[in-house]
Amino acid sequence: MKANDRIAAPADSTKGSFEVKVGLARMLKGGVIMDVTTKDEAKIAEDAGAVAVMALERVPSDIRKEGGVARMAPVERITQIQEVVSIPVMAKARIGHFVEAQILEQLKVDFIDESEVLTPADGANHIDKAPFTIPFVCGATSLAEALRRIGEGAALLRTKGEAGTGNIIEAVRHLRLIHKEIRELSVTPKDEWMARAKHLGAPYHLVAEVAESGKLPVPNFAAGGIATPADAALCMRLGAEAVFVGSGIFKSDDPAKTAAGIVRATAQFEDAAVLVEACRETGSPMRGMSMESIPESERLQTRGW
Amino acid sequence: MKIGVLALQGSSEPHLQSLRNAGETPVAVRQLPHLDGLTHLVIPGGESTTLWHLMNLFGLWDEIRERHQAGRLALFGTCAGAILMGRDDGQYPPRWGVMDADVARNDYGRQSDSFTANLPLTGLDGGSFRCVFIRAPRFVRVGDELEVLAWNEQDPVLVRGPGFLAATFHPELTDDPSIHRLFMEVDPSLAHRLDSLPVTGR
Repeated sequence: MKANDRIAAPADSTKGSFEVKVGLARMLKGGVIMDVTTKDEAKIAEDAGAVAVMALERVPSDIRKEGGVARMAPVERITQIQEVVSIPVMAKARIGHFVEAQILEQLKVDFIDESEVLTPADGANHIDKAPFTIPFVCGATSLAEALRRIGEGAALLRTKGEAGTGNIIEAVRHLRLIHKEIRELSVTPKDEWMARAKHLGAPYHLVAEVAESGKLPVPNFAAGGIATPADAALCMRLGAEAVFVGSGIFKSDDPAKTAAGIVRATAQFEDAAVLVEACRETGSPMRGMSMESIPESERLQTRGW
Repeated sequence: MKIGVLALQGSSEPHLQSLRNAGETPVAVRQLPHLDGLTHLVIPGGESTTLWHLMNLFGLWDEIRERHQAGRLALFGTCAGAILMGRDDGQYPPRWGVMDADVARNDYGRQSDSFTANLPLTGLDGGSFRCVFIRAPRFVRVGDELEVLAWNEQDPVLVRGPGFLAATFHPELTDDPSIHRLFMEVDPSLAHRLDSLPVTGR
């Protein structure tokens, strides 16, 4: 078959459907998605077994330290990263900044993260995600927030955790809360679903779907504070289907080793012998911050609703 | 017959569910001992680079190839799984070289070009199968001993060969278990070493 004989999909095929968006999310399960700011970091991530990379301007711990307005990564940086890796490339857009999202769609990134790590662009509204041809991932701290984002068209959720801290406590809290709320909803009688939807502030049809199936309609990954192989395995044990690692890799003393260790631990999260191997191959983690040292007003997880 | 699904990364759970829907009791394969007694193994979609990395790390890469070539383990590769089964052409990631075909990664484009299509399938009772293509690879050459069971325009998308089945789409993402049933009919003992074969086909 010669290259010029080839054509794309047939005329009756469907692109950009919710089904193909969630399909990609399902392909990422059991994997590690790594924050990268340069093409060299992207290559290190791919070689360590990352399932995707997330292109951003600065990693969360630097955003936290340096302050200022954090925006979508520079276009040429995203393009360079797309050129050096063959795995999916994600990129972050500011909450509510649908034009940054359109630019990322035009660049054909594989997933957009509408992220609280960047400075929000709209204090009232998130992006209307359904019309886009590429999928979105959004952070959620509770079931209500998760269902609102799915209602807007998100194909994947992640915990917000507290990005840039190297502290897992908030991601653990969000995972446990979401699963507790799903369990409670799954035993709620049907004649109370509308009242639950009102209380949660979430679309009724999604409340009904979770109540009936006992699970979210899209995958839920962990993010925010994962710094070691043990952190990643803990999130998987608590029901996360994959993990995002931000500052945890490129702020450790040996990024390639830390990346490989977290990949190993995520794939075999139930096997303590493998986790020991993963710890052995990993460098020293980032130092990290206690939650008490971060005032409520500076917590990234409070951005968005 | 005992069937397993490689469950290190990717679309393993939907495959396990499809097999349960087809009346099987599949096992999840993460480590070498999980291969014991298996006659059939699904290599799911996911990232081919990650799957290669993890299989290599946990000693599964060589073992799966050896069992297949010894006629003990039938393989069904979907998407990333089909990529890994193809001819080893020196590109990253390495390929098993157990299927006389060349499979090009992400050849329809990035995620914005992912699509679904209803395609007719040879060997199934009537009707079409809804095929979900996610950052799909493309068969750019298919050897003479392979039988193409479904086409998307000029592209083979489901092929059957001695001891294996391979698809560039995701039959596990739809409710229809008929392709999984086809895999259960594959005879592992027909598999043979490919390195003695010339490169053939279109």
